[in-house]
Amino acid sequence: MFKLLDGPQTLGRGKIFWSCFLAVLVGALIYPLFADSYDVGNFAYFLIWIFMALGLCLMWGYGGMLSFGQTFFFGIAGYGYGVLAINMGGGTATIAALVLSVLIAMIAAGILGYFMIWGGISGIFFGIVTLSATLVLAFFLGQTAGPEWHIGPARLNGFNGMKGMDPLTVRDFTIEGSALYYVMIALIVIVYIALRMLVNSSIGNVIVATRENPQRAEMLGYDVRKYQLLTFVIGSGLAGLSGALYTSWGQFITPSSIGLPAAAMPIVWVAFSGRNDLTATLVGSFLLLFGFQTITVYSQQAALVLMGVLLLATVMLAPQGFVLGIGKLVVDWWSRRRRRDEGPALADAGRLQSDET
Amino acid sequence: MSAELFSLFYQFADVFAFLILSAAGLAIVFGMMGVINMAHGEFIMCGAYVTVGLVNLGVPLPIAQILAALTAGIIGMIVEFLIVRRFYKRPLDSLLATWGLSLIVTQSMLLIVGSAVRGIGTPEGSFAIGGYTFSTYRLVLFGCAVAVLAGLYIIFMKTRFGVIARATMQNAAMAKALGARTGRIYSISFGIGTALAGLCGALYAPTMTLIPTMGATFVVESFVTVVIGGANVLLGTAPAAVFLAMIRMALNASYGQIIGQIGMLFAVILIIRVLPEGLSSVLVRRGR
Repeated sequence: MFKLLDGPQTLGRGKIFWSCFLAVLVGALIYPLFADSYDVGNFAYFLIWIFMALGLCLMWGYGGMLSFGQTFFFGIAGYGYGVLAINMGGGTATIAALVLSVLIAMIAAGILGYFMIWGGISGIFFGIVTLSATLVLAFFLGQTAGPEWHIGPARLNGFNGMKGMDPLTVRDFTIEGSALYYVMIALIVIVYIALRMLVNSSIGNVIVATRENPQRAEMLGYDVRKYQLLTFVIGSGLAGLSGALYTSWGQFITPSSIGLPAAAMPIVWVAFSGRNDLTATLVGSFLLLFGFQTITVYSQQAALVLMGVLLLATVMLAPQGFVLGIGKLVVDWWSRRRRRDEGPALADAGRLQSDET
Repeated sequence: MSAELFSLFYQFADVFAFLILSAAGLAIVFGMMGVINMAHGEFIMCGAYVTVGLVNLGVPLPIAQILAALTAGIIGMIVEFLIVRRFYKRPLDSLLATWGLSLIVTQSMLLIVGSAVRGIGTPEGSFAIGGYTFSTYRLVLFGCAVAVLAGLYIIFMKTRFGVIARATMQNAAMAKALGARTGRIYSISFGIGTALAGLCGALYAPTMTLIPTMGATFVVESFVTVVIGGANVLLGTAPAAVFLAMIRMALNASYGQIIGQIGMLFAVILIIRVLPEGLSSVLVRRGR
């Protein structure tokens, strides 16, 4: 169990890392005690997007599949939650709507993924096809303004978006404010730990092997397509989870959360953070979301310009990602200092260890 | 009867011209360098804005359109020099870099220019065959699309630049070893690609509302055509455009624009399942 958490595919190991992890978690748990309830609600809002980022990190960083279609599945599940929640009524049915809409997104991912992966699509084309699907969905939803576009009592409403669904509710208790915040924290911890275990398991090793060299992985007897499809479905399901949570949080969703600027967002978060590591993605996405949220208050456009600049700067200056790069610098600096302090014998051991990794 | 036939041809020509004009520039850059230029839509937008700006200043429309294409080409070569050049060995990163550029340009335009620009209106003129009326400008667009294809054929098949460019496409390292200045070839090809994007914007500027996000209108069609077409511009993009235009025309006529676009996407997903390397791989193999 612990081996899965601390395996070779994830950075951040050992006592220091997990102590930091616990400290952050405790900080997150006691945060609502000190903060304004409005701020807590906002905080919960931007935690919603973390799942989409983690899913993309899995697909892109570990699986080598650059999907531009994160918002495609975000949108499917987001609209799915809306339609289901309106049709099935409020109360505990909203939880079922959440689960079902994520499942629908995963089924859609299974179908699209089957055609792409079994068609041998990879690299640039993978991105283009997923992006095309995204844009077509946004375009389609944008023109559903008329009254004839409805599913049961749920109207799609074109550009103005869909509204009128209930927020997540258990019996009579509406999950909002700090309750929603705690649900989000719990979900993030569960997803993060589960993904860590996934990428460090034998499945994860095959996924990474496929990224590195599909032919070789195939020669070793793995049907790489199945592993790629699995990665794609899980990653898309996480995007779907973000979408369903988004709709349930704000009780509305519009096609603009699917279209081009929105589709760029997860890519920027993950590229900036460092796509090859879950922890870096988690930390980096969190920082960017926080910053983005702050700037958007002043100007949505300026925030998007800044995102473009960040993406360009990342690709040109730090292709592996800024957070990951800085993290590595800190770790290097730390181990070098320790080596210097503890004498030459340890320095040798340290070098051996770094050779291994 | 002949009126119906012409009407069918007219609808086909309309979609075909749209696909060819929006995809040709992208296909050249992709075919030459294996790079997908995500800022393609923004070069189209650039072409449209320059055209409208010049026409509002009093420049005649055709001259404004040519100048717009040239402007886009020059900006494209500057972009190649500053950004794209570093990424030839990392095509996926070039995709991200140009996407970052696309975000910057679109959103800055929204900030600076705002969303409303005075349009210039479609050039007058229509003709009637049987009971139908057709706009002349749409046929001009079709003519331009055919001219673009012919021009590309001449450039790539009949000129010295074309020979070296094709050699670079086949094997860049080998061409370089034989003395071709591949850096310059890349630079010029990128310039041609973005100039064609600018031309597309210039030609469609009179027919649509100008907004900074207008590039997105063209993006799906152009990408999809290139994906279906594969790396070869003449053997890939053109047949792909014919094929997609037929599907789209049929769906548009019977079910409307939206179903047309969705149907086209489905067709694409089905085709890549069967022909992952695009139409041109099949055609090139047949040709040998």
